Amino acid sequence: MQEPTARRDDYESSLAQSPAKVAEFAQEPEWLIDKIQHALHKTPALVPLIVLLLSIAVFGALLGSKFFSPFALTLILQQVQIIGIVAAAQSLVILTAGIDLSVGAIMVLSSVIMGQFTFRYGLPPSVAIVCGLACGAAVGFINGFLVARVKLPPFIVTLGMWQIALATNFLYSANETIRAQEIEANAPLLQFFGNKISLGGAVFTYGVIFMIVLVMVLAYVLRQTAWGRHVYAVGDDPEAAELAGVNVRRTLISVYVLSGLICAFAGWALIGRIGSVSPTSGQLSNIESITAVVIGGISLFGGRGSVLGTLFGALIVGVFTLGLRLMGADAQWTYLLIGLLIIAAVALDQWIRKVSL
Amino acid sequence: MLFNTSRAKALCCATALGVAVLAGNAQAADTSACLITKTDTNPFFVKMKEGAVAKAKELGIDLKTFAGKIDGDHETQVQAVETCIADGAKGILITPSDSSAIVPSVEQARNAGILVIALDTSLEPIDAADATFATDNFKAGELIGAWAAARLGDEAANARIAMLDLGVSQPSVDVMRDQGFLQGFGIDLGDPNRWGDETDPRIVGNDVTAGNEEGGQRAMENLLAKDPMINVVYTINEPAAAGAYQALKSIGRENDVMIVSVDGGCPGVQNVADGVIGATSQQYPLLMASKGIEAIAAFAADGTKPMLTEGKNFYDTGVTLVTDHPVDGVESISAEEGMKLCWG
Repeated sequence: MQEPTARRDDYESSLAQSPAKVAEFAQEPEWLIDKIQHALHKTPALVPLIVLLLSIAVFGALLGSKFFSPFALTLILQQVQIIGIVAAAQSLVILTAGIDLSVGAIMVLSSVIMGQFTFRYGLPPSVAIVCGLACGAAVGFINGFLVARVKLPPFIVTLGMWQIALATNFLYSANETIRAQEIEANAPLLQFFGNKISLGGAVFTYGVIFMIVLVMVLAYVLRQTAWGRHVYAVGDDPEAAELAGVNVRRTLISVYVLSGLICAFAGWALIGRIGSVSPTSGQLSNIESITAVVIGGISLFGGRGSVLGTLFGALIVGVFTLGLRLMGADAQWTYLLIGLLIIAAVALDQWIRKVSL
Repeated sequence: MLFNTSRAKALCCATALGVAVLAGNAQAADTSACLITKTDTNPFFVKMKEGAVAKAKELGIDLKTFAGKIDGDHETQVQAVETCIADGAKGILITPSDSSAIVPSVEQARNAGILVIALDTSLEPIDAADATFATDNFKAGELIGAWAAARLGDEAANARIAMLDLGVSQPSVDVMRDQGFLQGFGIDLGDPNRWGDETDPRIVGNDVTAGNEEGGQRAMENLLAKDPMINVVYTINEPAAAGAYQALKSIGRENDVMIVSVDGGCPGVQNVADGVIGATSQQYPLLMASKGIEAIAAFAADGTKPMLTEGKNFYDTGVTLVTDHPVDGVESISAEEGMKLCWG
């Protein structure tokens, strides 16, 4: 059926039929479940925070003062400090819709460089530490360059870099451990992050404080600065970000460099934590950091989530590990529950996403 | 003859040369052997490789070495066994990453007439290999257990013991050292093939360390949270012991807790000298490997198979207690002597 030509060209009259309101935001959700979904969408760190508080409450009720004491609770912080720092680096990369499988390897390589430069070449510890940090940043730059300029997928780049950094680490160190006693006597600066402040029964190492400050600073920078918003924009939709004037390539490279640098700091903190420089440390850090990020509610598809959530995610793992061990449970139960948490976290992320559709 | 003589001569010469080269090669590589370790990075296996390479050079054996990528990587080990069969090796020395999973490929090798010797870790069943050259890990545990009990004297009845084991899968080495320690200390074992099922109230708990500093520290912290009055710590190896020491130090108890361990690596023995570790049982990876190469050489010469230590189902390469505080009834050497024998 064809309409008469005159009527077809009568644009004005069809305009009158269209709604007067041009566009409007959806109304505030009415159902409770919608409200929750909306709140979770707006505050991504809320879910891991609730899970964290719940798990502390449950283990506290089950175990009493053994678990719910300043000593035990700050012990959890000490046990997660390394993964917490590495996971902060991982968060940055995952926010850009990437993934960094080389974080643990960069961390160990940096710590080995700090140790070997001091003890093999007799450099002052401060210089060796700067070299270690520079190494971390440099490896991060290579990752970033390959991702942003050569346009290789982050998974592939960091999969390769993981092997390269670990192999370099073993070849260079000959897998020799530098003992804690030697470091303590000759280069205490390497163990800087192992120093601690005691408040009553609570024990805070400098490494723990560093982790918390780092996460706070990153949370601020990501929320409040142009660079931070660019990171989210690149992760959400790189083409749209490019059109909006974001220098996508430079942003990506800066994220990987910063990630490498943070991993090198994690390497320094690692020396403080275990006392010695051991090339076999941190072999599973990449997986553990991704676990913390995912449980912490950062979307693996990029552009969504908060680095505060990552910290809560790492703490949830720490609470489960210590709580279950204190209850005398087989360590396998920890892995099983963490596995469940990972799947639940991703399922929840998918559900929350629906609010924006 | 259709082709000209100079060409024929050249061809003959070339062939003769080729045969000579091949024959020469065959003579030099008359006996070839393989060493397959768990990893290339663990100092224990680094020393094992050193021992094997040195002995092979001395006996003129062509040795190829392989290793898994990480501890537990038995797929790469299976590939290595297959490579050795294809290569026509006379003997294989292997430290299995998985005692059972590797057995079918070992069988394949033995069917091909290859002598297979397990080093350090036995196969499951133990006679799946022609022989096993290893430390008596149960005895290694027993020595440190007996030493700890003797050192505590009457206080042993009230000891608070932390057990720092290797991994949740309870590999045989892990179980034997743990159970040996408990037996030496005078604690009733439950099932001797499992750790963690004992009911003695002196045991505070078991935790796993993965055999490194990080894991040792975390496991010790967990057990200290359970009972801060722990005064005896058994550790699967010396890196785990070093981690446990860090954890004790952070609560200021490093001087009143006794740590015992097994391994005898140079940093570990140095820790005995420094008083970090009370006593450690020293094993001899270099010896295992060189004895293994000798056995392959003997097998290649006249088909003799290696003998086992009397009363045991493996060839015992020995274990010695290293401590600077000898006790009556437990034979030991000093840390200084241990340093000379350590893997370096």
